[in-house]
Amino acid sequence: MARTPTTHDPFNAVAEPRRRQLIQAMGEEELSVNELVELLGWNQPSVSKHLGVLKQVGLVKERRVGRQRMYRLNAERLKPIFEWVAPFEKIWSERFDRLDVVLEKMKKEQ
Amino acid sequence: MSTKNKTVVTAEPGKQELFITREFDAPRELVYKAHTDASLYAQWLGPHGYEIVLETFEPVSGGKYRYIHKDKEGNAYAFHGNFHTMSEDLMIQTFEFEGMPEPGHVTLDTMRLEKLPNDRTKITIHSVFQSVADRDGMVASGMESGVREGYERLDDLLAGMK
Repeated sequence: MARTPTTHDPFNAVAEPRRRQLIQAMGEEELSVNELVELLGWNQPSVSKHLGVLKQVGLVKERRVGRQRMYRLNAERLKPIFEWVAPFEKIWSERFDRLDVVLEKMKKEQ
Repeated sequence: MSTKNKTVVTAEPGKQELFITREFDAPRELVYKAHTDASLYAQWLGPHGYEIVLETFEPVSGGKYRYIHKDKEGNAYAFHGNFHTMSEDLMIQTFEFEGMPEPGHVTLDTMRLEKLPNDRTKITIHSVFQSVADRDGMVASGMESGVREGYERLDDLLAGMK
């Protein structure tokens, strides 16, 4: 099946496990490429390549601080991914909330 | 109370599987019983507003099941499958919605029931679909049921990141 280009779709951008690691790292704090290299233990070209894809889909914000570029996650862009799974999660959540009620009754009857 | 236990669904893009996890404030034997006793199972399977008929229910290894959800307008939705392995720590079963245009969209569900301290239990469901499209269709079908809430987790996440 044909995929939309990685560079347009946050779903495909996060389909790559390494990019998810990057996202996680930048969710905590703003980091430079060097700090990401150190934190993740990847080589610099690899960090830059995946960072480039995330930047193109808008999942990463870039900021210049003196001569350095700092990167951090733009969590707003993750929203479509959460919105996609939320209703399905709600169905299961409601089902298990009803199971809680049944279990409480069972505990009392024991 | 048990209201703090959150259901978490993980569906990574481009994969044929998804995971559902949930903890319960009840010992494992009760959680298992609630899955294998027909009258208990019918009480929580849902969805809300539907009558459920367990037409066949043989919750043993090698058994089968078929149940029908009926709404107030008289629409009926039937599901069936087989129980492959049924034990207190591991339940493996197939699942198929009979309303698909053609048969064959079967899910393989593996549920692990893990004992936690203080008489609590953790459930992990691993569902494997026959294609990414099948999985995405199942997840998207939640949209059609008119459920438009559940963004609290996202809001928490976004708030935590700012």
